[in-house]
Amino acid sequence: MQEQMRIRAKELLTGGAVQRVLGWKKGDFPYNPEPAFFTTECELDDLVYDRFCAANLSGYMVEANKEDGKTLVFLKPCDTYSFNQLTKEHRVSRDKAWIIGVGCEGNAAVEEMQETGLLERCKVCTKTEHKVFDELIGEDVKTREEGDRFEQVSDIEKMPPDERFDFWQGQLSRCIRCNACRNVCPACNCRKCVFDSGKYDTEQKANVTTFEEQMFHIIRAYHVAGRCTDCSECSRVCPQGIDLHLLNRKVIKDVNELYGEFQAGNDVETPGPLTDYDADSDADPSVVYERG
Amino acid sequence: MLKIARENLPALFAAIADTAALYLPIRKGAVNYAQWSDGADVDLDTLKTIASPKDFFLPQSETLYTAALAGNKIQLEAEPFVDEPFVVFGVKGCDVRGIEILDKVYLSDPVDRFYEARREKGTIVSMACAEPQATCFCKSFGVDAANPAGDVVTWMADGNLFWEAQTEKGKKLTEMLSNLLTSAERSPVSSQQKDIRQKIDTLPYSVGLPLDQFKSERLLELFDAPQWDSLYRTCLACGTCTFICPTCQCYDIKDFNTGTCVKRYRCWDSCMYSDFTLMAHGNPRKTQKERFRQRFMHKLVYYPDKNDGEYSCVGCGRCVNKCPASLNIVKVIKSLGVNADV
Amino acid sequence: MCKTPDLLIPQIGVITDIRTETPDVKTFKIIGADGKKPFDHMPGQCAMLSVPGVGEAMFSITSSPTNDDGLLFSIKQCGTLTDYLHAMEVGSEVTIRGPYGNAFPVDTVLPGQNLLIIAGGIGLAPVGSVVRYVFDNRDQYGSVDILYGSRSMEDLVFFEEIEKTWRTQPDTKVHLTIDRAQSEWDGHVGFVPDYLKELSFSTDKTALVCGPPIMIKFTLDALLGLGFKKEQVFTTLELRMKCGIGKCGRCNIGSKYICKDGPVFRCDEIDALPDEY
Repeated sequence: MQEQMRIRAKELLTGGAVQRVLGWKKGDFPYNPEPAFFTTECELDDLVYDRFCAANLSGYMVEANKEDGKTLVFLKPCDTYSFNQLTKEHRVSRDKAWIIGVGCEGNAAVEEMQETGLLERCKVCTKTEHKVFDELIGEDVKTREEGDRFEQVSDIEKMPPDERFDFWQGQLSRCIRCNACRNVCPACNCRKCVFDSGKYDTEQKANVTTFEEQMFHIIRAYHVAGRCTDCSECSRVCPQGIDLHLLNRKVIKDVNELYGEFQAGNDVETPGPLTDYDADSDADPSVVYERG
Repeated sequence: MLKIARENLPALFAAIADTAALYLPIRKGAVNYAQWSDGADVDLDTLKTIASPKDFFLPQSETLYTAALAGNKIQLEAEPFVDEPFVVFGVKGCDVRGIEILDKVYLSDPVDRFYEARREKGTIVSMACAEPQATCFCKSFGVDAANPAGDVVTWMADGNLFWEAQTEKGKKLTEMLSNLLTSAERSPVSSQQKDIRQKIDTLPYSVGLPLDQFKSERLLELFDAPQWDSLYRTCLACGTCTFICPTCQCYDIKDFNTGTCVKRYRCWDSCMYSDFTLMAHGNPRKTQKERFRQRFMHKLVYYPDKNDGEYSCVGCGRCVNKCPASLNIVKVIKSLGVNADV
Repeated sequence: MCKTPDLLIPQIGVITDIRTETPDVKTFKIIGADGKKPFDHMPGQCAMLSVPGVGEAMFSITSSPTNDDGLLFSIKQCGTLTDYLHAMEVGSEVTIRGPYGNAFPVDTVLPGQNLLIIAGGIGLAPVGSVVRYVFDNRDQYGSVDILYGSRSMEDLVFFEEIEKTWRTQPDTKVHLTIDRAQSEWDGHVGFVPDYLKELSFSTDKTALVCGPPIMIKFTLDALLGLGFKKEQVFTTLELRMKCGIGKCGRCNIGSKYICKDGPVFRCDEIDALPDEY
């Protein structure tokens, strides 16, 4: 499959159909291929594709979109949801991308060069179909295990408030505010992030750690509400291993319950649940869940 | 050489904690340095804490002074220097070297008094790395993981913690613990050291990094190297590498308005961030390429240029493990270290 | 236990005089809370001024070291802190720490030399300290030529002092220019680098150049065109700073920190730096 991808990428690049290729480049170790732009045929000999190619490349298309010509991008099924969402938000244009959907056998979780099984997102994977592509290479392998993605969220909801607070404090107190979660997030594509503004005490660095614990991640989760595709890149890249995707899933779960099932990035047409409020049929905006 | 049985370590920790705040690797979801208290999930087997222990000497955020404004008058109150002794236990050789690298910045003229006070009050108990990992390349930077620096050096071998004081501060701590430590043969330590060094020689990054290419004379050549054009391309511009790095040393100074007064504080900053050098009339580092280049040029060329050729990297491998885009200093060294003459 | 306060802790400074130089430049005189000059400095050195809660920034000291009754700062209004400073009144307090950086080599290289001092806009503030120092020690230096330009007549700082004091010094010539003609102006019109070429100074001088980056660039080209060697020219660089003491890692160009190793550089030294300023 990797060979097929190289061949096809070389064809499209040398034929002039695309000006660059966005894929994964061989790393020093099997586990650390890096996202990379390829611009020559010979560079493409280093293109790799395997279960360690976890990085969702769609976010890089925002930058590639500013360059001349088309960019060939390899997207796994779940990555195509992010691409659709970016298209919907006018951050990438479909006609500047040549999308090759690549089959996915699930991504490996890695700790210190050791493969530690499947990434959590792959264990609960529901996105087995490419939602946007020009062509497809490879087959998908079902990785989903028993149980659904909201299980842990439900468990947390059931905790008494003190226990729930402790749970999140235990998680978020590890935050070092490196911004990896934000910078990797395809939904965090604001040209200027509010957290980078010098006008508020929110700028990039901590003055008090309680800000990270209580505000930063929650504000971010709300800001991507209805737009987060649940790609879980935030959790994958967090150096402290904070389960950030749980915050997003809580919001997704609430949105689903209040406004009906919605999967961001499923297509580019359906208005988002929070931008398409209908006073007659949708839930009362003041609705607040009973707190336990 | 002294020793204590591994199962007696809780007693050792309790004895240290009686007289000083004790920080050591504790598992709370992830393994980081944290203050010891009875029942803490101490983890001395995980080789690398996620964040380095530099925080104890250069905290991620610290208040410098408090200013109260009344009319057009200002009243300043400097934050007192750290005055309580503390012990950081289990620091690996690479991280001790990291602190020595910070020393050359913060203890050189003009001395940073906040840092100096912490260095004076802090005792470092280091620990040899029984199981070095594939991402380690401390040897490339002249660190001996089998014999780390520190006020006290320890080795975990044969079910014992072997203990040897190396400085006056270390001797004082040792004396205080004399009823818990018994004298020991050196041979288990020597054999572990041999074992560690052998293991390290087989690690992929341990030998052959072309560091000799990074010297002051090549500053402009390296700065203008074409490799930067592609190296930085998928950098996410986050600060992960900076914040987990034991040698990254840059800070910002900012104000926090409490409502009644202003706390001027300093906090870690990252040259990877776009606003690092932003000025009212523009930014000398306009794109991520310049920011990315700055970080590695600082570690491999600028810092050595100011510090007798010593690199500002200790080969801990944290960036290798944690960069979200799998970029890291080794890739940079390998890419730029290609000798132009060859 | 070390009781020396950290260098990042400033002292209180009191604004005892404010002079309006131009529509957007004011000169502030600052003394310590004890009524004395906060610290000694050499021409070209800077200090960090701050209003807590507003900001802190580096400003060059424009008074001469020979001036004992305070430090003068000529500050252009161009951001949050400078806006705030401009709105302050005599008697208000600020914080001040310094002196920072190196200085023009007034006591080492320059004695005995003929001086060509070139400035644009607010760039006269740092070299103003040199000018005043030189005039206070007039017999130690050769001829002095001052070439100063600004956008308009109104934007020339220290105008009264230039006309009354600087022009009347022995063996001293002052050449003023403004960017665009004005009816009340009978002096030269044109940019500093062009005027420099017109004046065609002989190269038996040491040049000190200070101004906006673009003006410095063209002035250096013009000086080289006149036959000056880079070793004869000193200028200043400016980057964002936070600590002022070479620690915070922000203002480096290559391995030089502007706050500590600069701001004054001899032009051949700049050639050895990466092009990142």
